[in-house]
Amino acid sequence: MNGATHIEVRDLAMGYGDFVVQRGLDFVVNKGDIFVVMGGNGCGKTTLMRALVGLQRPLTGTVLFSGEDFWSAAEEDRDQLKRRMGILFQGGALWSSLTLAENVALPLAEYTALTKAQVDEIVAFKLALVGLAGFEEFYPSELSGGMKKRAGLARAMALDPEILVIDEPSSGLDPLTARHLDELIVELRDSLGTTVVVVTHDLASILAIGDNSIFLDADTHTMIATGHPRDALQHGDPKVRHFLTRGGNVSPHDGDSPPPRGGPAEAA
Amino acid sequence: MDKAAWQLDARPSGADELTIALGGRWCMAAALPSPDSVAPQLAAGVRRVRFDTTGLSDWDTGLLSFLDSLLKTCTARGIAADTTGLPPGAQRLLTMALTVPEQTVPGRNNGPTGICAQVGTAMIEFVRGMPAMLAFLGEIAQSLGRLMTGRARFRVRDLWLEIEEVGPRALPIVSVISFLVGLILAYLGADQLKLVGAQIFIADLVAIGMVREVGALMTGIIIAGRTGAAFAAQLGTMQVNEEIDAFRTLGIAPVDFLVLPRILALMLMVPLLTLYAGFIGMLAGLVVSVTIFDIGVFEYYTETLRALELKHFLVGLAKGSVYGAMIAFAGCLRGMQCGRSAESVGHAATSAVVTAILLITIAASVMTIVFYQLGI
Repeated sequence: MNGATHIEVRDLAMGYGDFVVQRGLDFVVNKGDIFVVMGGNGCGKTTLMRALVGLQRPLTGTVLFSGEDFWSAAEEDRDQLKRRMGILFQGGALWSSLTLAENVALPLAEYTALTKAQVDEIVAFKLALVGLAGFEEFYPSELSGGMKKRAGLARAMALDPEILVIDEPSSGLDPLTARHLDELIVELRDSLGTTVVVVTHDLASILAIGDNSIFLDADTHTMIATGHPRDALQHGDPKVRHFLTRGGNVSPHDGDSPPPRGGPAEAA
Repeated sequence: MDKAAWQLDARPSGADELTIALGGRWCMAAALPSPDSVAPQLAAGVRRVRFDTTGLSDWDTGLLSFLDSLLKTCTARGIAADTTGLPPGAQRLLTMALTVPEQTVPGRNNGPTGICAQVGTAMIEFVRGMPAMLAFLGEIAQSLGRLMTGRARFRVRDLWLEIEEVGPRALPIVSVISFLVGLILAYLGADQLKLVGAQIFIADLVAIGMVREVGALMTGIIIAGRTGAAFAAQLGTMQVNEEIDAFRTLGIAPVDFLVLPRILALMLMVPLLTLYAGFIGMLAGLVVSVTIFDIGVFEYYTETLRALELKHFLVGLAKGSVYGAMIAFAGCLRGMQCGRSAESVGHAATSAVVTAILLITIAASVMTIVFYQLGI
């Protein structure tokens, strides 16, 4: 972790047609951080993720990866930048007609000059990292939800990306499996120095792994807080504290109530 | 369930007060009364409503929905309702249901849905869809270009799998349909040719008809229903599972990987199926002619050979290829355009078949006219 700016978002607005989902987004993600994008359902978290990974052009604003403007770059340059990112989609998004090994091997076969044997070795290693050694010949439909996510993570990490973008890592997982996945993400960050952007509304996950965060508000269609999730919980905007305490003893309209007692902050 | 399980009694309990007594079982399984049944009593200058549920033995949502409507009517008429006589659970649930007022959600189209509006909307959507169709056609063209220069990324194994699925597995249904269509053509010809005593020309009609036109058309329609719909459903499901997004984020064109093998498979297989359909149709013509119309096998065979020219086969093959490309185009287009729900996958499959059959019919007409003008 060297703390240098890795991703910079300036005055970003996203939407569909003339419906603006989020506007005025300004934030910086540092190298090696686990950056959490949080907010309630329908606030535009996934839309922001799609703008970051090149799936949906924002209405206005810029996204810079290590200083390079992503959306104004030529298509080929953008493809180059995309290759430096790994994405784990909500349901894993494994290619259903390919086995796990083929899923992980495809990016390697496309973008490296490795031999077949080398690719196979890397695939076996990546699958072992996520605890799926021995599942090489399985098809995605033969796996449980948690295994699909881990396999998706192995594929996202196939090209050793600088940035890992994860959409709702814990959705559909039981609390223990979700925690294992969180630990895996932290472990990968610690050992590889990968910058991780996590889109989530899972409180346990936010407080356990987040180094920095933004909170997207569905009512005002903009971000209302940045900073470490624990700071946001203790001193942040009342709306953010309301969210982080599951609507506990902080009212969203109450400007100066004390931090909640016995909440996840003290447990953490 | 006993029909008289519930009891409802509304009677005045003061100058402007009405007490509604609810008794027995108020469960959804029984035929419950409409809230309108107490409307006459409510209309008679009542200012307050109370409830008496001492005789109530059992209740579920049936009771709640009755009370919900009743309380809304009371509010609308400015009648004060005292719910303290209701079971505590029912009170809490009603409070929950009534605290958040009904919302008009922006973005929902609540506009007029008359027939003209629907036709207009459909037309506008069709025109708006044209650029997307052209863009997709362009992507396919680019992808074919990459294939020619050996830079397209798709797996040959996928192509073989598609070929197997599209070709050999469609043989049974193509056989049945083309046999029956050949039989129909033979009967149709026999009826007309009998008038001039030239029933031997059944062979010409069936051979040229099947090989040039009907074989390709029937195959096209069968494959549109069988394979076009399957393509749309497969790609649509991949869209729902974000598999297509996963390709895009890797910078791999989904068209290369998913659409190209499907288009190639159909362009290769539909012409072959067309040829096969032609032969089966001629076989049906032979069977009918020999058994029903007393034409000799050898006679029929010679007449067929005399009628058929290479150009008829080429026309049939050309049509087969074009129809195959159109089915694959329609199926893949609708699949790639699919939304993110199970319902939209179904819609994509239906739309793929409709689009494919429309395209096939238009292409068939255009080609028939062009070939006629060219004298082919």
